[in-house]
Amino acid sequence: MKVSRNAAVSALLLLPAAVLLIAFTFYPTVATLIDSLHSTPRGRRPATFVGLENFETMIADPIFRRAMVNNMLYALVTIPVSMGLALAMALLVNARIAGRGFVRLAYFTPTILPMIAVANIWMFFYAPDYGLIDQFLRPFGLGGNNWLGSPGTALWALIVITIWKMAGFFMIFYLAALQQIPPTLLEAAALEGASYWQRLRRVVLPLLMPTTLFISVNAVIEAFRLVDHVIALTRGGPNNSTQLLLHYIYQVAFNFWDTAYAAALSVALLAILALIALVQFGVLDKRIHYR
Amino acid sequence: MKQGRSERVVVTAIAWALGLLWVLPLLYAIWTATHPPQYLARLDLFAPLTLENFVRVWNAAPFDRYFVNTFMLIAFVVICQFVICTLAAYAFAVFPFRGSEALFMLVLIQMMVMPEVLLVRNYATISRMGLLDTIPAIALPYLASAFGIFLFRQAFKSVPKELDEAARMEGAGPLQVLWRVYVPLARPTYLAYGLVMVAYHWNNFLWPLVVTNSASTRPVTVGLQVFSTVEQGIDWPTVTAATLLSVAPLLVAFLIFQRQFVQSFMRAGIR
Repeated sequence: MKVSRNAAVSALLLLPAAVLLIAFTFYPTVATLIDSLHSTPRGRRPATFVGLENFETMIADPIFRRAMVNNMLYALVTIPVSMGLALAMALLVNARIAGRGFVRLAYFTPTILPMIAVANIWMFFYAPDYGLIDQFLRPFGLGGNNWLGSPGTALWALIVITIWKMAGFFMIFYLAALQQIPPTLLEAAALEGASYWQRLRRVVLPLLMPTTLFISVNAVIEAFRLVDHVIALTRGGPNNSTQLLLHYIYQVAFNFWDTAYAAALSVALLAILALIALVQFGVLDKRIHYR
Repeated sequence: MKQGRSERVVVTAIAWALGLLWVLPLLYAIWTATHPPQYLARLDLFAPLTLENFVRVWNAAPFDRYFVNTFMLIAFVVICQFVICTLAAYAFAVFPFRGSEALFMLVLIQMMVMPEVLLVRNYATISRMGLLDTIPAIALPYLASAFGIFLFRQAFKSVPKELDEAARMEGAGPLQVLWRVYVPLARPTYLAYGLVMVAYHWNNFLWPLVVTNSASTRPVTVGLQVFSTVEQGIDWPTVTAATLLSVAPLLVAFLIFQRQFVQSFMRAGIR
């Protein structure tokens, strides 16, 4: 009797959230899957079922392949580097140092800024000849670089921006976790003669593993979700060297208006996110508990 | 952890060096925006300060309108999220039924599949609803936030059962119990979630870019982008002034409420 009453109350309470989640998460997910198996409706011509044709196009599409490779490289560099820096920052700020309020503020401030604003600020650093980086390098005979304009450096330029913005964000989570570690644990380790690095490796890092999992989930989502700087700085160029998957979806959908192909690309992105979720909650989770 | 004196000096030096490196880009942007163009690449301590760049930017694009749009967007998003996520979290935390755990897992999918990922389909939905180029269009996909439901559910679960029961004994209905017992006790969680969402939606760009196309609805991030590409070539002092102007309210609020901001982000992360 009580259970059925709970269900009735719950149904009412969940109604607004359910309607919105269905309308903007579950329905579009299913609709994207269906769209990806159809052609793009154009003018009077309605969409027709084309099977896996869009996916065949996708696999043969050099820009899609480029976007995948770029996105993997982008994720594989930005995630470990920004997380490593975040951990270092958290350890530094957690130590008893002079002016740590200011230092913490300095690390965290880029996080507050919109990626669009960050991109505008860095655009000036990367400018050829009179940009700050080129001016710094010129005395060493290394000037004249077009960081955002050369296929070899453009993606790396975006990677640096991302690391600058994200490290302080991830630091906060490490800092919160560090402050939860009981000091007695570290004192006990110190009494047994463990050095700072031993304590870090044997006590601190294992205790930080759940936080590391949480941050890495966040970091992966961000690596595939955030393309504002691509739009602001390179629009995927030069020569698709900074093309990322979501940015390509955006271009195909809203510049070329090929919604069916954009749906197929979105399915690829959804598949990647699902795969990462499985790996992170399945494999990583076990390692954390049994160590 | 105990440290020797020399170790502490080294640690402090590293921390400060990294800190300076991290604020340098922002400080340099402030320098560029507050000086005439000829001091662009010349760091001269006695260069004349000017606010002219900001005045020029303010007159060149409807930034006042953009700010109003952003404020309205954020107010709308945060208020709706509080209500919708509170009700859903209350159901999951206090009125469990068969299958509610599975349903909760289904909700969490939205943390991975964020509205941006589905932007093509969501654009079609908004378009069919006739809401293109309106502020609710920017807000709608974010209102049932899985993150919010998750955080509030955690907070409600830590409320002592006795308080809930005491309120019921006095004859309070489910909504009264929620309003008098659960919400007040979860206040720090509301503050934390609210601040994180303010920062998130102030910064959000791609979705607003897609669903807006006029100055009367654009939030400030989209306005900034339109401004710095179309009208200005590469007039750096103007671009940086516009950039700083667009983040100034958020940045000032952050500097004033620094402690709350940082603690809110921490709190949102621990759960």
